Amino acid sequence: MAQEQKQPRKSEADEDVVDAAETSDVAERKEALDNDIDDILDEIDDVLETNAEDFVKSFIQKGGQ
Amino acid sequence: MSVRRVMGTEIEYGISVAGQPLANPMVASSQIVNAYASSTLKARRARWDFEEESPLRDARGFDMSRQVADPSQLTDEDLGLANVILTNGARLYVDHAHPEFSTPEVTTPLDAVRWDKAGEQIMLDATRAAQRLPGNPQISLYKNNTDNKGASYGAHENYLMRRSTPFGDIVKHLTPFFVSRQVFAGAGRVGLGQDGRGHDGRKHGFQLSQRADFFEVEVGLETTLKRPIINTRDEPHADPEKYRRLHVIIGDANLAEISTYLKIGTTSLVLAMIEEKFIGRDLTLDGPVAALRAVSHDPTLKHTVTLKDGRSLTGIQLQLEYLDLAKKYVEDRYGADADPQTKDVLERWESVLDRLERDPMLCAAELDWVAKLKLLQSYRDRDGLEWNDAKLHLIDLQYADIRPEKGLYHRLVRAGRIERLLDDATIESAMHEPPSDTRAYFRGRCLEKYSENVAAASWDSVIFDLPGRESLQRVPTIDPMRGTRSSVGALIDSCETASQLFDALTR
Repeated sequence: MAQEQKQPRKSEADEDVVDAAETSDVAERKEALDNDIDDILDEIDDVLETNAEDFVKSFIQKGGQ
Repeated sequence: MSVRRVMGTEIEYGISVAGQPLANPMVASSQIVNAYASSTLKARRARWDFEEESPLRDARGFDMSRQVADPSQLTDEDLGLANVILTNGARLYVDHAHPEFSTPEVTTPLDAVRWDKAGEQIMLDATRAAQRLPGNPQISLYKNNTDNKGASYGAHENYLMRRSTPFGDIVKHLTPFFVSRQVFAGAGRVGLGQDGRGHDGRKHGFQLSQRADFFEVEVGLETTLKRPIINTRDEPHADPEKYRRLHVIIGDANLAEISTYLKIGTTSLVLAMIEEKFIGRDLTLDGPVAALRAVSHDPTLKHTVTLKDGRSLTGIQLQLEYLDLAKKYVEDRYGADADPQTKDVLERWESVLDRLERDPMLCAAELDWVAKLKLLQSYRDRDGLEWNDAKLHLIDLQYADIRPEKGLYHRLVRAGRIERLLDDATIESAMHEPPSDTRAYFRGRCLEKYSENVAAASWDSVIFDLPGRESLQRVPTIDPMRGTRSSVGALIDSCETASQLFDALTR
């Protein structure tokens, strides 16, 4: 989604200033975030149903309202 | 009015029995309802009163105190009637081939969230109670709306409205709102087209809404086929001269509390503006059914839909039109005296739309579809998965698993990645206690205190079977705003028996 971030906004100049000031912060945060995401994926790997293909195939519902 | 009005939700849950993909879902749904009723309700189980206006002797139903011994012995008729009323004023029953929870009537968006979430906990307890039935069925429930194979089941909302509001006004002003509301209220779905096999040349992908592809007409009475964006069912469960109940069938079942809160709060506000003829703008869409799908199929939120007047707007821009009107409306009617939830809904609505426009991922801690997409995207990045990969479909499905240990929504909450509005204790108490400010209070308290003498109940009545009286005694509750704690709380506290209560009410 990153490529969509730069839409022309009311005041693009203001945003750029903010962006520049936060760049180093952002890099650090991104690294922390990446580790964070790995952690949650590992955790979710552990609880995902084991045979995805079979499980998804066998989830058959009757229509409702 | 503001965000406040009489309202509620009804959710049909997806159901599966471990190891038995072909298990009869009506049997399993009935086991869920009956197991919960047996494990929680004291003494006799009140029947749902289907006969709103007829003599009591004609009240239909079967004796729900009967245990489910062997599902194969049950006829379809028996199964279809599994239907109980709970002490929190809610209704738990089997609808079509799904267990369904209808919240009691509430008056604020936050209370709608509270009892909607209590419904999830009740369903969870029900699956655990069902495991103790003969055969120990392992039934799993999913708070979602499609199996991605062509079937969809509903998550409805109900809003009490003034009868005097012309239905044409509702259709005109609500349709563009419903087409665009999914930008924050969608639950997210892996799969395109009703059967998941693609739409308009695109075979695979992610979309905002579970339900969008299942809507085929603009207005209509149906709820199970040819589903309409605006449903015309007219069963007010209140004085029909004064009220209509707007039955909204277009929403997704949300797990994220903020999604539900915004969905209900903003809709209630828009309805208030329609009732008070505040909406002067014409936002009528050129082809709302196609627009609904187009908005859903674009998670970047850049797609524009065309209005009858020729303008092209994104889903977010359409929502911004309604937000702008709502801010003016609240300022005009209430100024600084607007109630806190109305102010909060307006602030959150604005904040969410602003961030969705900049980068949807900024809302990953609040909205279902964004939280789900972020998780899916992480898997795609790590494992190089295409949108048709079974693992991504599994993640979509398991996001909605209501078990805290298996459900991915619950895992994200526990990892601190999804914000909540309510704590566990508040939701748990709503599993048993009714809201205090609607007739659900009277219904729930009667069920809790006089269960041996309540023969049946429904939204608009409680029916007593009193010692020494040959016929059943009906107490109508036709006004949703009467029977509140402030009006009957002390009376119920002071009446030891149902007979005392009935005498006091009819004196």
